[in-house]
Order: sequence, then C-alpha cells, then structure tokens
Amino acid sequence: MTLDVHLFGEFATGRIARFLRHMAALQLLGMEWPFRVVAPCPAPQKPYTPPRPTAGFRIIQSTFLDSFKVVSMQIGLRGFSGYAFVLFLWMVSAPLHAALNIEIFGGGATQIPIAIVPLAAEGTLRQRVTPVVAADLQRSGLFRLVDPGSLEPHEPAEVAYPDWISRGAGALVIGSATSLPDGQVALRVRLLDVAKQAQLAIYTETVPAELLRAAAHRIADLIYEKLTGDVGVFSTRIAYVEKQGKRYSLQVADADGFNAQPVIEYTEPIISPAWSPDGTRLAYVSFENKKPVVYVQTLATRARKAVANFKGSNSAPAWSPDGKKLAVVLSLMGGSQIFMVNADGGGLQRITQSGGIDTEPSFSPDGQSIIFTSDRGGSPQIYRMKLTGGTSGTAERLTFEGSYNVSPHYSPDGKSFTFIHRNGDRFNVATQDLATGQVQLLTDSQFDESPSFAPNGKIILYATEIRGRGILSAVSSDGRTRQQLSIQTGDIREPAWGPLPRKQ
Amino acid sequence: MKKVIGVLLISLLSACASQTTQPTPEVEEKSMGTQAPQEGPRTSGVGGPALNPLTDPKNILSKRSVYFDFDSFVIKDEFKPLVAAHAQYLRGNAGARVLLQGNTDERGSREYNLALGQRRADAVKNAMTLTGVKDSQIEAVSLGEEKPRALGHDEASWAENRRTDIRYQGE
Repeated sequence: MTLDVHLFGEFATGRIARFLRHMAALQLLGMEWPFRVVAPCPAPQKPYTPPRPTAGFRIIQSTFLDSFKVVSMQIGLRGFSGYAFVLFLWMVSAPLHAALNIEIFGGGATQIPIAIVPLAAEGTLRQRVTPVVAADLQRSGLFRLVDPGSLEPHEPAEVAYPDWISRGAGALVIGSATSLPDGQVALRVRLLDVAKQAQLAIYTETVPAELLRAAAHRIADLIYEKLTGDVGVFSTRIAYVEKQGKRYSLQVADADGFNAQPVIEYTEPIISPAWSPDGTRLAYVSFENKKPVVYVQTLATRARKAVANFKGSNSAPAWSPDGKKLAVVLSLMGGSQIFMVNADGGGLQRITQSGGIDTEPSFSPDGQSIIFTSDRGGSPQIYRMKLTGGTSGTAERLTFEGSYNVSPHYSPDGKSFTFIHRNGDRFNVATQDLATGQVQLLTDSQFDESPSFAPNGKIILYATEIRGRGILSAVSSDGRTRQQLSIQTGDIREPAWGPLPRKQ
Repeated sequence: MKKVIGVLLISLLSACASQTTQPTPEVEEKSMGTQAPQEGPRTSGVGGPALNPLTDPKNILSKRSVYFDFDSFVIKDEFKPLVAAHAQYLRGNAGARVLLQGNTDERGSREYNLALGQRRADAVKNAMTLTGVKDSQIEAVSLGEEKPRALGHDEASWAENRRTDIRYQGE
C-alpha cells in the first residue's frame, strides 16, 4: 500500500516542502517508505497542477486546510521526523470531517489568475468566507489563485494596482465582513479588474452567521459569472447514495460536498435519484419491499409517495422539464418498457413499444423528446424518440461506436448528451454532439457510471471506483479538469446534480 | 527509534487501508433453502405431515436458484427439472405465490442490469406459465446488480450472481 502525498498552496513551500524534498531524495535512493511523494516541491509562485490520477491517496488543501495548519504548527515546534509528519497528517485528517474529500486534477487551457484577499474582520467569523470562495473557483479548473502575500486592501482606495500587476493577478477580490449586534454578518465584497483598474461587481448581503457558507457560494457564483460569462453552479446541491456496511442512505449535499444530509436511510439498496426541475423533490428507486419501486419524496417535509409500484419492477425515474410527469421503466406489460406517470402516480401511459429492453429515459430540455437505452438492435445503444401528440414515434438510433452505450443524459442546452461507453473492458464517460454525431471520450478510468450534467452544462458528475471503493468524480465537459469526491469509509455512488437555485 | 515509529506507521496505515478498502459485509440474502417459511403453503400427504417440501433439503423444491450464462437469459437444461418442480408445486397449490428475483453481475449500468435481471426473472416465469401455472401466482422482479450474493470481482462471483431466486410468499 502506498500513500501518495500531494501538497498545495502554502504547503508546497517552506519547511514542509524542504522536508518532502528530502524524503523524495531518499526514495530515489531506493529506500522503502510507506508513502510516495508525488509532487516534491513546486516552485512557490507556480500553481500546482497534480498529475493524472494513479491509484493512491491524495491529501488536498481545500478540505484539509485546518488540519494542515495543526500539522505545520507541530512541525514548527519540534522539527518532527518525517514519520511523525505523515502520522499527524493521517490522524488529524481522518476523524475531522465527515464531509466529502475533494481533489482536483488538471486545469483549464487558460486559467484566470485571481487574488482573493481575506475580508476585513473575517478572522472573527465562525465560518470564514474567502477560503470557501477560493476553493469553489479553484475546483472549477478555470482559475489560478494568486497569493496576496502581505497585501491586505479592503477598500478600492487601498488597492495599489501596480503591486497586483507585478504579482500576476488579473482579478482581485476585496471586501469586509462586519458582525452586527443581532448576530448577523454584513458582507461587502468587490471584484476588481486589475488591468482596467475598475470594479467589475459588488456583492452586499447581510446573512445569519450560520449561512455564511451559502453566501460564500453566491459570491463565487458572481465572480465566476462575471469572469467566464457562464452561470456558476456553486450554490447548487447534489444528491447521491452512500453505502456504509449494510446501510444505504440517499444524501443531499452542497455542490462542494459540505452539509450532507440524509434524505432517507435503509438496509436495502437505493438507486437512480433524480431531482425535480424545481429542486424541491427527489425521485428514486428503493428496494425496501423486495423489489424496485419508484418513490417521490419532498425534501422540505420528507413526505414521500410511491409513484410507480406496479406488479413487477419499477425503475429509472426521469422528470419532465415542467415537473408534472415522470418517465419510468416498468415490467408491468412484459420486458422493460418506458411509461409516463403523473408526479402523483396517476395517469399511466405507455411510451415505448419494443420487444427488447428500453430503459434510462432522459427528457430533452424542451420536453419534446426522450433519449434512452435500448437493446432492440442487438446490443445496448442510445435512441431518441419524439413524444409529440400521442403518436408513439419511431425511435432513431444515435450511437454507433462500440457494442455498449448506456445511461444517456441530455445536456442543459439540449445540443448534446453524456453517456457511458464501453471501451474494451473499461466503462467511460463520453459526450456526443446531437447535430454532428461527434463523440468525445472524457475519462479513462475502469468503471464509470451514471453521468449527468451540472445545470450550466460545464461539468459532468459521475460515479467511479478507486481500488474497489465507490467515489464520485466530476469532469469538465471539455475533459480538461477533473475532481474527485470521496468519503473516509464506505462507498458513494449514483450522483445527480440538482438544478440552479430559483431566483428570488 | 525511527524504525519503531516506522513499523507503527506502516501498521497504522495498512490498518486504515484495509478498513477502507475491505469489501463491506454482504447484504445477506436470506438463505432460501434452510429457512422455514412463516406461513408457507403446505401440501398434504407428500413427504409426511411434518415436513414442508419447500424446505426439506431432500426435496428439489428446497433448491431455489436458477443460474445463467454471461449475457444470457436462457434456462439451462440442468435447471429445467428445478423450474418444472416449482411449477408443479404451484399448480397443485393454487394459494401459493412466488416472487422471482432476477440478478446480474456488477458490470455495467445499474439500470440496464436491472432490465437484464428482469429478463432472467421473466424467463423463469414464462417457463412456469407455459406449463399452466396461473399468472396471478407469480411476480417476476429484478434486483439487478444491487444484491450480489457473491462479493468478489471475478468470474466465479459474477457467475454466482447471474441467477434468478425463487421466493415463496411469506418467506
């Protein structure tokens, strides 16, 4: 067993880095260590880009920031041996967070260099804001964080632009956090264009202290939108299934893996969660009654209802874009065929008519057609069918490369879809353009499953495996950046990215 | 001293590693053959009054699994007597009900595997209804790859998981 150690940001420099350089040198001399230093010492100014993932364990700054500080303090005090360093790393990191671990691979072709200055009085807050903003932006792969060093402007008048130009920052984030007597926090955050010496955006909001993380995600969304032109998805939520021993739970978490809350827990499997378009309900398949049954559960009230509990198997729920209907797969009339039911379970209507398997429906964003997996041609391939006017249209085959293409999901703009393509003995995430038919393979791992788009279409979330454990991974739709989300123990799988929060 | 810490560390790391990579204990499929049904239907006369033919290890009815080849839902010859015996029992016991649960190995899409498992359950159902068992006595469902009996990631485990289980109501 090998432990790979990656260091980021400030931990890639200074005392720890020197120690690791020493360790790496010893490894080169052939000494056996229980861990491998993957990235000994990137230069301080350069952003650290981790290598392609290999089997191993990585420790990432974003979720371990506080732990690392503890570790580096210990080292500063005693000059501990290398063993002790890793030991501390392990011990401190393991129990501290039940949240997901997040790690990032690769980066966009052009990364926007951005400096984020800690807000005035931010240190007094229970939840600091700028580290959350920085982690969000970094995770997108489109930003490179520039170290502000000792510069600490909080107001535009305090900004000495030449200093930031020389540091290579293209954008600058400054502001203040004022704790009010009623326990709320007044946030004022400005996004500045360094080259133009101009303000691009200002964010002001007064929030309860316990909602500072959510506010930080909104700030990251604003920055992302202003600098990339695309909608940010940092304020969205994801759903996934967690398996711990014999227990299965359907979890809903923030897009960065924090604030995970179980929606429902069972000792029987749960699969195929699907968000209602307004984000208030989840449809899923539960095996609690010795067979698959489709439920819809309202998140706020936890009330749930079996919307497809017919004789035989009921599975693969997909919401229509208006949230009024669900496509489901039933074996009620023989085989596995796609039907439509109302969101309250009534109004059953058959959609596909084939002698084979038709499953995994996904609605086009305009609600006019579905794509689905069918083996009507001999092997599982992806087909599209119009839903117009009650006439059950003929299905058009979309995939032709290879003998196993499954699990299609439309992109939010309806111009492409993501799916799983079997590539030899691997199962990988791919996208296909609907107009040109062009296929792009985005991953090269062993067992990828259940891909779906983020609501801005820029990221695809999917399930994969590392050394037999289920983890979630996300790949940018251009394939350049990947991130992984895992938990300390158990498996996570069956991810589904929720919709954008409704505009207030 | 360094060596001691090193050994300690290695054992600690490997302990953590085995903890996190260990396959989780099986979600146990109740052993069909040995468990007595709580209110299982009984035949009169056959095999003595005390023995339930469904659980009598000497009776073919205690065998409850039909195995399939890779990517196949054809009932192999070796399992035809088993299916025929259960069909006969169902014909003779109009009140008996069975749940046929199809299963697949772990490779591929969960939902597509659910549909493949359904085919394996349907294959057993069709074999039974062809001999005259009433449709209302049988429910064919799929567990897909979700409830593997064997937890390995090799051909032996996969073969064990490509099957349909026959469960009588009340079991």
